[in-house]
Amino acid sequence: MTDFFQTTVGLPFGWAWFVATIVGILVIALPLMLAVAMIIYADRKIWAAMALRRGPNVVGPFGLLQSFADGLKVFLQETIVPAAANKGLFLLAPIITFTVALIVWAVVPFSPGVLLSNINVGLLYVLAASSLGVYGIILAGWASNSKYPFYSAIRAAAQMVSYEVALGFILICMVMWAGSFNLTTIVEAQRNTLGIHINGFGINPLLFPMSIMFLISGMAETGRAPFDLTEAESELVAGYQTEYSSMSFALYWLGEYANVILMCALNATLFWGGYLPPIDWAPLYAVPGILWLFAKILFFFFVFSWVKATVPRYRYDQLMRLGWKVFLPVSLFWVFLVSTVLMFYRVGSPL
Amino acid sequence: MIQAIAFYLFAAVVLLSAALTITARNPVHAVLWLILAFFNAAGLMVLVGAEFIAMLLVIVYVGAVAVLFLFVVMMMDVDFAQLRAGFARYAVIGLAFAVALAAEIMIGVGAYSAGAIQLARRAAPVAENVPNIVALGSLLYTRYLFVFEGAGLVLLVAMIGAIVLTHRERAGTRPQNVTRQVMRRPGDATRNVKPAVGQGVEL
Repeated sequence: MTDFFQTTVGLPFGWAWFVATIVGILVIALPLMLAVAMIIYADRKIWAAMALRRGPNVVGPFGLLQSFADGLKVFLQETIVPAAANKGLFLLAPIITFTVALIVWAVVPFSPGVLLSNINVGLLYVLAASSLGVYGIILAGWASNSKYPFYSAIRAAAQMVSYEVALGFILICMVMWAGSFNLTTIVEAQRNTLGIHINGFGINPLLFPMSIMFLISGMAETGRAPFDLTEAESELVAGYQTEYSSMSFALYWLGEYANVILMCALNATLFWGGYLPPIDWAPLYAVPGILWLFAKILFFFFVFSWVKATVPRYRYDQLMRLGWKVFLPVSLFWVFLVSTVLMFYRVGSPL
Repeated sequence: MIQAIAFYLFAAVVLLSAALTITARNPVHAVLWLILAFFNAAGLMVLVGAEFIAMLLVIVYVGAVAVLFLFVVMMMDVDFAQLRAGFARYAVIGLAFAVALAAEIMIGVGAYSAGAIQLARRAAPVAENVPNIVALGSLLYTRYLFVFEGAGLVLLVAMIGAIVLTHRERAGTRPQNVTRQVMRRPGDATRNVKPAVGQGVEL
């Protein structure tokens, strides 16, 4: 896009780059907001269908405009800051959550070469940004100066830190196979996996368990059910968002769903071929890559909703046990296993 | 141009937030300023082309170390008056440390501008177009393998040491048997009874 502003519009390189980046950010962020609104509707519909209810069906045709109505309602409410709250941090916390949920999209490839920033350390950038997500919750809990949000913040800190460790090891397995941290290279490396004309590391029997663990860790990392102990309504009212109202609450809401869509996109990109069609067959490449990516995102979102609708919430000790005693050792062992296999497969026997 | 602006921005924010880290009255605010300093230091790393180190700085320090820091600081019940009282006592020592660090930095800058030191074995020069990770990995896992693994071993020992020092078996704890919990079925805990009229249920 920089080229376009340089040659067609005639801007010098610096300005062309600047304008192109701003336009790129808007082109990603604005449809993302729309997608969040629609995905909230989809989530509620799926959830309702599984509970044999109708779900939102009043506002607009089939209730399609429900999210916008909710947004408008929230927008018109009063922003209440508790008297004992730490005001600056209280208002900063939802902004952090929302921003962090958006910045990761900079490195997600939508089609070959169609992404905002093609950096070498793309996957590390994703990990770095997702590790920042916890601050929005911790700060909210602490700044609210209230008991339940604080409990929630402590839970969130422990939960996200524990699952990040396993997440790192899971991704290392995949990175070793792809040989790069660059997300575009990772997607291209999945072309024709194992030579059986299927695009996606998930089909590889060695990486398939990792893809499942990544999906589960992703649920824990985004605080979705069944790992939504940070906002367990039976114990903590609404968790860290208890004291929030109006737009500051809406930012959490949007940020949470933007994070969920992001996790679905990462699942699709890292293990299931991203913008590549599922089968490595020439006619399928006629469909634009972005549509394949969307289809995969929607599939994974359905899985997220499905789990939310059907699986009961974990106990906190079960959550910790799963993270530290199951995922961590298994993924660590898998790093050894995958590196051993790759040693023989790519380099040859050392003996 | 934009590099210069970015550099001065990041550098100014690092200095400012570092200063605020030590002057902030509230320890939680101090940790948050520290996080901002880490973050902008990562920005400086990106500017010098060390994107891998920058991401590592964010993941390790901001994402893990600072979270635990914040965790501990938030849980502490800090008495601010008591914290202030110690200021005069430690001011002299603190000042001495500051002078020593400043002197070291000046000597370091002087040595750097005097020219590079002649080492017997130098790190192999890295080609310009090789990504950070590849360059770092190929050095760490070949020439510096033993040093690298030694560092890993030291960290492992430190971790085990910390666990050994703090872990104690208390008498009378009843740990959960997860296998038993998982194996338990509704039939083990519930019973379907149909008592005759006038008779109760025996538990």
